[in-house]
Amino acid sequence: MRKVYLDHGATTPVDPEVAHVIYRYMVDEFGNPSSVHQFGRAARKAVEKAREQVADLIGAADPSEIVFTSGGTEADNLAIKGVARAYRKKGNHIITSAVEHHAVLHTCEYLEEKEGFKVTYLPVDGSGMVDPEDVAQAITDQTVLVTIMFANNEVGTIQPIAEIARIAKEKGVLVHTDAVQAVGQVPVDVERLGVDLLSLSGHKIYGPKGVGALYVRKGTRLEPTMHGGAHEKHRRAGTEGVPGIVGLGTAAQLRKDHLDEYTEHLIVLRDRLIDGILDGIPDVKLNGHPTKRLPNNVNVSIAYAEGESMLLNMDLEGIAASSGSACTSGSLEPSHVLVAMGLSHELAHGSLRMTLGKDNTEEDIDYVLEVLPRIVERLRKMSPIAPAQREEKVSNV
Amino acid sequence: MAQAVRVVVAMSGGVDSSVAAALLKEKGYDVIGVTMQIWPRLAPEEEVRRGGCCSLAAVEDARKVADRIGIPYYVMNFGGVFKERVIDYFIEEYARGKTPNPCIACNFYVKWGALLRKALGLGAKYVATGHYARIDYDPSLGRYLLYRGLDPEKDQSYALYGLTQDQLAHTLFPLGPYTKKEVRARAGKLGLVVAEKPESQEICFVTGDDYHSFLREFIPDKIEPGPILNTSGEVVGRHRGIPFYTIGQRRGLGLSMGEPVYVVDIKADENVIVVGTKEEVYSRGLYAAEVNFIPFERLNGEKRVQAQIRYRAPAVPARIVPAGGENGEELVKVLFDEPQRAVTPGQSVVFYEGDLVLGGGIIRERL
Repeated sequence: MRKVYLDHGATTPVDPEVAHVIYRYMVDEFGNPSSVHQFGRAARKAVEKAREQVADLIGAADPSEIVFTSGGTEADNLAIKGVARAYRKKGNHIITSAVEHHAVLHTCEYLEEKEGFKVTYLPVDGSGMVDPEDVAQAITDQTVLVTIMFANNEVGTIQPIAEIARIAKEKGVLVHTDAVQAVGQVPVDVERLGVDLLSLSGHKIYGPKGVGALYVRKGTRLEPTMHGGAHEKHRRAGTEGVPGIVGLGTAAQLRKDHLDEYTEHLIVLRDRLIDGILDGIPDVKLNGHPTKRLPNNVNVSIAYAEGESMLLNMDLEGIAASSGSACTSGSLEPSHVLVAMGLSHELAHGSLRMTLGKDNTEEDIDYVLEVLPRIVERLRKMSPIAPAQREEKVSNV
Repeated sequence: MAQAVRVVVAMSGGVDSSVAAALLKEKGYDVIGVTMQIWPRLAPEEEVRRGGCCSLAAVEDARKVADRIGIPYYVMNFGGVFKERVIDYFIEEYARGKTPNPCIACNFYVKWGALLRKALGLGAKYVATGHYARIDYDPSLGRYLLYRGLDPEKDQSYALYGLTQDQLAHTLFPLGPYTKKEVRARAGKLGLVVAEKPESQEICFVTGDDYHSFLREFIPDKIEPGPILNTSGEVVGRHRGIPFYTIGQRRGLGLSMGEPVYVVDIKADENVIVVGTKEEVYSRGLYAAEVNFIPFERLNGEKRVQAQIRYRAPAVPARIVPAGGENGEELVKVLFDEPQRAVTPGQSVVFYEGDLVLGGGIIRERL
């Protein structure tokens, strides 16, 4: 059976080149970067090179603005809790959006419940977009942080971060953006964006799992969430995960070197898939912004067909996709993102996310376009008939 | 080569459904394992604590088994329909003074409702479970027939009497021809990790089988102490709330009346429990509602059957008669040859002819 992986939003395969580097730093160059001897020095050098590579990918002026973490979730936690606690004397208000990843939403809720912060959850329009004007309206003299994602993990909508950052800046408020889904897919430049903090993750850019980074603009105070040694300039204690970090660095380098061709390739496949689905299956809605969306994201709601059933059927045909985000699949709750965008529960339940990657081909897309309409037709055919009969029978006896 | 017929097996992580899945795989079916997650939302600590069927631990077991026999495996969430059709029903029935059977409701609405629909949606022809019962198609009648499982100790046909022709046509019971002993041996031979797992008997959503605490938690306002009367209408004691009593109950009444007394009636409207003598616990018959028949569509006259009034009770000789009913309801009157003890409204009565399941219904009222 053909295998087609269309869940790069959940995770990506590690680039073989990255895997080789990781192997080297596990087996040959195994030193602790804090050690004074040559083994330690070699590891230190590798970590600092990775820091430069990551800084380079996101246009950070100084590599010391990069803090390595255990992943995107930790980067989000460190950014939000770190800023909120460091600036507690200034105020207790945080602004975010209703469509953030749970790493951001649940961290904000935690600060609300346990530490007395007030959080404004901004709404989004039908395409999942935050209105910068709403940000301007929400800022008070108590606001310490605006945290809005760069691009949505479920529907791929790209937020007007530069404009949001400009508005916040004018009022002297710090800006964080969760760019986990965007980095490596579209140009992300912290200087041009004007953000103060930015999260990214290794395993979404063909690097390893268990490593990520937080960009922290120079001069931004941050209360650490991990305590221990003086690692990462007192911002994140714990011996650096050298293999992961060099893996992330190498992956960042590769993404930067191939960004244009990669983006172009994805857009061609994405549009082929979107057009094919819209043409081939009736009663389908494309979720997210039609143009301001990630090059690899396809998210559709297919009426009268349940997302879960489509997903399992696709799995049985060798196609890996997701319904909602990976973290929430298995739960019956409709996606908070689609609900915030105003979709009915039925359409939210019928949503399907396919996220493409660099190794996907046109043949992959054509295979999906051959299989998916068949699955949808089957689900639709039985959805009104078989259950209705049975339901009636059972309630009549 | 013809494509293998696809079957979705409901896997609880236990011995029976694991062996059922393995047997189907051996026979060449295209088998998909599914565990039904039925709890809407639990706090993390609650999930860890709760064992039993359909818990997280069960999911882990089922996943291992599926991996071992080499079949795709999914967890499907049926929390919504389970709450509505099984838990809420369970609670409401107790509040009405009845003694519900949640497993039968789960079969009707969850396994052969929501799960069957999902299975058909996956292109499966059948849903299979680890129930001990047998299905056979009778071409002369043009109907699917349901029989007791061959192992009399394990037969589970009692809980399956409600299956319609349409549901039976899409059902496989691979364990029907086997005994529990054979199934355990089979599990051992297959190297299934669950071979030695103990039987689960209790109500799967009530922790530690303590349904009193469960009801206190969910319907505290329906639990009101009230009088216990004897059959002459005299107050002889106080009860703690009618959901805690069931017909035929003798223990825990807190009465000393010189002779043993038993609960003989529960009047939910008046919040009254009635106790009587040993003789008064016996009934000569009952009315059954929500009746389903399997070898024929409806009962057109009197018929001799063996009637079973509880999961583990013996089937006893009886006559069944159509008894009409209000609002188009078709009741069936059941008359036992010998009076039966503790006929309990809310439980089901199932009619047999030897091993053949004729059908059954829910006990509405004792005679």
